Amino acid sequence: MRVDNDDILRSSGTDVRKCMKCGKCSGACPSFDEMDFPPHIFVSMVERGDAAALLSSKSLWTCMSCFACVERCPRGVEPANVIEAVRASAMSPQGANRMRPEDVPVFLGAAGECLVPQQLLASAFRKYSR
Amino acid sequence: MKFSYFPGCTLKAEAGRSGETAISAAGALGVEVTELDQWQCCGAVYPLARDEIATKLSAVRALIDAKRAGLPLLTLCSACHHVIKRVNRDMAEDSDVRDRVNSYVAPEVPYGGETKVVHFLEMLRDHVGFDSVAKRVTAPLAGQRVAAYYGCMLLRPSSAMGFDDPENPSIMEGLIAAIGAEPVLYPQRNECCGGYLAIENKGAAKRRASEVVRSAAEHGADCIATTCPLCLYNLTENGAAGTMPVYDLTALLANALGLHVEPSSGCAAVCSVCSERNSAHAC
Ligand code: SF4
Ligand code: SF4
Repeated sequence: MRVDNDDILRSSGTDVRKCMKCGKCSGACPSFDEMDFPPHIFVSMVERGDAAALLSSKSLWTCMSCFACVERCPRGVEPANVIEAVRASAMSPQGANRMRPEDVPVFLGAAGECLVPQQLLASAFRKYSR
Repeated sequence: MKFSYFPGCTLKAEAGRSGETAISAAGALGVEVTELDQWQCCGAVYPLARDEIATKLSAVRALIDAKRAGLPLLTLCSACHHVIKRVNRDMAEDSDVRDRVNSYVAPEVPYGGETKVVHFLEMLRDHVGFDSVAKRVTAPLAGQRVAAYYGCMLLRPSSAMGFDDPENPSIMEGLIAAIGAEPVLYPQRNECCGGYLAIENKGAAKRRASEVVRSAAEHGADCIATTCPLCLYNLTENGAAGTMPVYDLTALLANALGLHVEPSSGCAAVCSVCSERNSAHAC
């Protein structure tokens, strides 16, 4: 799959060149242990034009959008926004959805009621399906 | 004191009773809350990509309806608050988003972020006042050591949310003290519980939620209280798993005000302790 590094930079709305590689984002990241590319490496790779290598990374799906990295980055880099932009590129091809309508029934009870907070399904569709 | 209210999908559906409990507690404090006549799900995730417009429209429609009513817009669910507050800021500050949204929605007067978005906790702190809350308490939770759990979406990014000090918040502890309980500080109170991963990666959600519960227990908490319906679910189902009660803070408030509700322990799904499928029961 192709990815346009400039597209990532534009849609994330953040300037990765401000990164000083201090690692505070990764120190703050509660999902660090679940990631192959923790936020400071993720940002560095996009800065070097290597976004394509991130399209299949585990980090896309273990980042929890908790904004701890955004809050604590001393340079205002907003790593969560960079991850989101790559995630959106990874989902853009047909069939790349993370969730399909067929996946929903297991979360519904006998009367059609939702067994998990409804926002989990809403966010799964909004985030993982284009 | 009057507010328009946006309940959102989760509080309207499974956790319905916790939304109603909060609104009746507000009523007991002299706050008049009117649900918007019509609203759509906010989408639950703020669209970070700058070029997304369609996913902001339901928030904008709710904001415009509140503006028409001439009232601030009250929220309770953390996700709704996060999305609506940030979209409102975009409408006020990002002329590109504002122009594109207004040309699509075509309201009678262009919308520019005029509505004030107020979270339930902010309403208690800034409009009612914790002192006034304390004066109305008839059944104080004396002797309870309550660990407030903030989660992410109310606090961060603080530049957009302006909710509380993002690293040392105090609003929930203020309310816990007002209802007569003892607030417990612990390191994980504003670290993510992983609720967002609960469908796709339950293992990761469990590791995160358990860490939050462990941290609260280690610091002497009797129970955890939160206002976020997703955190309530995740901490209960994937974190505490029966080892510690997790309550909806607004239900504790309602009880302290003498409204006698069952404190919802977040069992929107099948409760792991008693197998009851009920969002409002104590187990
Ligand atoms: S905290 Fe900010 S400056 Fe430091 S490594 Fe992360 S993105 Fe770069
Ligand atoms: S938003 Fe994602 S990358 Fe940033 S701290 Fe949270 S989980 Fe880690």
